[in-house]
Amino acid sequence: MTRLLPHPLLSLGLLLLWLVLTRFSLGHLVLGSVIALGAGLVFARLEPAVPRRRRVWPLLRLAGIVAVDIVRSNLAVAWLILSDGRNRRSGFVEIPLRLQDPGALALLALILTATPGTAWLEHDRATGVLLLHVFDLKDPEEWRVLIRDRYEALLLEAFG
Amino acid sequence: MTGLETLPPGLAVAVAGLLVLGSTLTLLGAVGLVRLRSFYDRIHAPTLGTSWGAASILLASILVWSWAEDRTVAHELVIGVFLMVTTPVTLMLIGRAALHRSRSAGEAPEDET
Repeated sequence: MTRLLPHPLLSLGLLLLWLVLTRFSLGHLVLGSVIALGAGLVFARLEPAVPRRRRVWPLLRLAGIVAVDIVRSNLAVAWLILSDGRNRRSGFVEIPLRLQDPGALALLALILTATPGTAWLEHDRATGVLLLHVFDLKDPEEWRVLIRDRYEALLLEAFG
Repeated sequence: MTGLETLPPGLAVAVAGLLVLGSTLTLLGAVGLVRLRSFYDRIHAPTLGTSWGAASILLASILVWSWAEDRTVAHELVIGVFLMVTTPVTLMLIGRAALHRSRSAGEAPEDET
């Protein structure tokens, strides 16, 4: 069972995606299942470690927080571009991260990219330091605290 | 376009509003991409289009098509997810290439503001 289906959630998700994107029919059910199984096997080759169980509640809370932040920073950056932002200073911030899990790091990269105004540039695996570029940088310490308390804490809770 | 003229006025206004908001944000992102000075500033601008710009256009599409009952909203959700997942890949690729260039030119990117 586990050898044929190393990533059941991934395969199930792919199958559902396939069925939703096409009109449901028996043919598509078979084709979708084959693709989902194949993709699961290929993914198992790529990443031998099956991810540990995640807690869903912190992830849901994080999704809510991020949705609000995306709207807010969209407005902020749009306004800065419109007003030409004479007083605006952008800059780099180095942020030490406690996160180790590759999935959690990927999620954090996704969040920081989706929020306009912050760009994830580089993460050093060995030291755990993230180099971030901030569009409107006032106080670097503020960003370290924001990322640590607002996003990283919840991610640690979910992936810990 | 099928049957859009029978769209209720309230819904039409909401859809139009979302479309205008989304395209304005995307346009602003494009303007920023042209007008901002440093490279690292410019990579911020297009994220307006890939976040709320895209989201509100997709929302408008969801509203219209779920009213027309033509198909489910899944397509828009999938587009949104793929946009969110693939943007960081490009951003990191371009960003790290820029970092590499400025470092090999002997300047610490941290000084460049």
